[in-house]
Amino acid sequence: MPKKKKITAEVVSQHMLSNDIMDLRLRTCLAEDANPGQFIGVYTHNRSTLLPRPISICEYDKNEQILRLVYRIAGSGTAEFALYGQGESVDVLGILGNGFPLDKAAGKRVLIIGGGIGVPPLLGLAKELKGKEGNDAAESVTMVMGYRNSDTFLLDEFKNNGELFIATEDGSVGTKGNVIDACKENNITADVIYACGPMPMLRGIAAYAKEISAKAYLSLEERMACGVGACLGCVCKTKNVDEHSHVNNARICTDGPVFDADDLEL
Amino acid sequence: MKTSVNIAGVEFKNPVMTASGTFGSGMEYSEFVDLNRLGAVVTKGVANVPWPGNPTPRVAEVYGGMLNAIGLQNPGVDVMIERDLKFLKDFDTKVIVNVCGKSVQDYVDVVERLSDEDSVDMLEINVSCPNVKEGGIAFGQNADALYDITKEIKKHSKKPIIMKLSPNVTSISDMAKAAEAAGSDAISLINTITGMKIDIYRKTFAIANRTGGLSGPAIKPIAVRMVYEAAHAVNIPIIGMGGIANAEDAIEFLLAGATAIAVGAMNFHDPYATINTIEGIERYMSEQKIDDINELIGAVK
Repeated sequence: MPKKKKITAEVVSQHMLSNDIMDLRLRTCLAEDANPGQFIGVYTHNRSTLLPRPISICEYDKNEQILRLVYRIAGSGTAEFALYGQGESVDVLGILGNGFPLDKAAGKRVLIIGGGIGVPPLLGLAKELKGKEGNDAAESVTMVMGYRNSDTFLLDEFKNNGELFIATEDGSVGTKGNVIDACKENNITADVIYACGPMPMLRGIAAYAKEISAKAYLSLEERMACGVGACLGCVCKTKNVDEHSHVNNARICTDGPVFDADDLEL
Repeated sequence: MKTSVNIAGVEFKNPVMTASGTFGSGMEYSEFVDLNRLGAVVTKGVANVPWPGNPTPRVAEVYGGMLNAIGLQNPGVDVMIERDLKFLKDFDTKVIVNVCGKSVQDYVDVVERLSDEDSVDMLEINVSCPNVKEGGIAFGQNADALYDITKEIKKHSKKPIIMKLSPNVTSISDMAKAAEAAGSDAISLINTITGMKIDIYRKTFAIANRTGGLSGPAIKPIAVRMVYEAAHAVNIPIIGMGGIANAEDAIEFLLAGATAIAVGAMNFHDPYATINTIEGIERYMSEQKIDDINELIGAVK
């Protein structure tokens, strides 16, 4: 594991992808250590908001040292980030968390499911899986992305990495309903599922994985403070006693954010 | 330049410590901080058995600080000794173990278990956590109860003890006096201040426990005032904490009467905050031509 650090990154570019969804590219050496499913903490310039905002890494370019973050404006911190233009300095903490276990995809039918602001980290994952060759490669990659309405984002970029299905709550694009509805409507089965999204969706996916006898790896979200495993703010319930905590709690920031669904008490 | 301070016979290379619960047992932050440079590592509260803590959300950000209601999740003292104390043994820093419990017997069990651990320099007794239903603050909001538990722990501890006081009291001086009268070797203050945040869109509490402990720069003036009052009420050393972000803050606490200080929530904002504080104190001392840090302690009467 590379050493974590807090350093200053530089904004390379930023634009709005969709309603309240921002696409931010940062230049930072943290990119060299990035893997799909990991995240960084982003600090505000405003000194009254002290905690780093955990934001998932959408994509990375190790050679150019670029981290791409796609995030939703959800509060005062992310509203401040949205104002940053090219050349702006921004303090970041990383690389944080463990990413998706890519080795589980080798030779398997893979299903990638994202919901809402859980969609972005799956783009890096899909691209990484697409780049695998020989024995490391997945047999197939199917993707299902869920949104509230026609304010979708990143879909064009997902398309190149496998078969893509879409679900929207209002039915404006793809299946009307949630990502599980889209899976069932299209008879999608798989051996391995990677997913990120809101907790009700993840519960649904864990149940669906059981139905189709697939392994599911879920990326969880929780309010965080330190981001490095010290404060015990962001725990999730685990089925077995956790090796570190010695109670049925694992730290999402350091033991996750990606967990084997079989280990979780959802 | 002399930066070392002495508390109950224990010599700390400098007065900068970590506040319990914000630094784990040092392992996580050792990626950022050379633990050898710290005056002491104060570990996360540990009980006789593992505690699961509170439901999530456990933390919420507020203006100038944060609320937390972790509920003293901890792996229990056996794991603490086997893993965390073993880890800390390799560092040239003092180790203060924060002890929590639900009953007097719980505290005594942990204190006895740690009494023969060579790597433990002092014990900090947490009778001030606002986020657990039993124990914790129940012992820390009444001077008689504080006196009794201090006396009992003192009877069983071979290590010098620090009673950690709550700011959620009418008179911090009375609490400090009770701890001193019962034989506490030092006191530390302040623990967090009970607060609440309501999410106006979800129309519910931001923290599952409803209330949480407020920490961060927002509470610093309250902490400085309480350290000052306690310093005027007792003669035992005080470890001051509450919103310390840098050397300037730390020096304020020393001038108010603290012998040492702890950096807490600000570790989350800046993982290097402890080291920056140590270096800033040294700069201040050389600029101000102060040869011995002890000259600063309680210098503002």
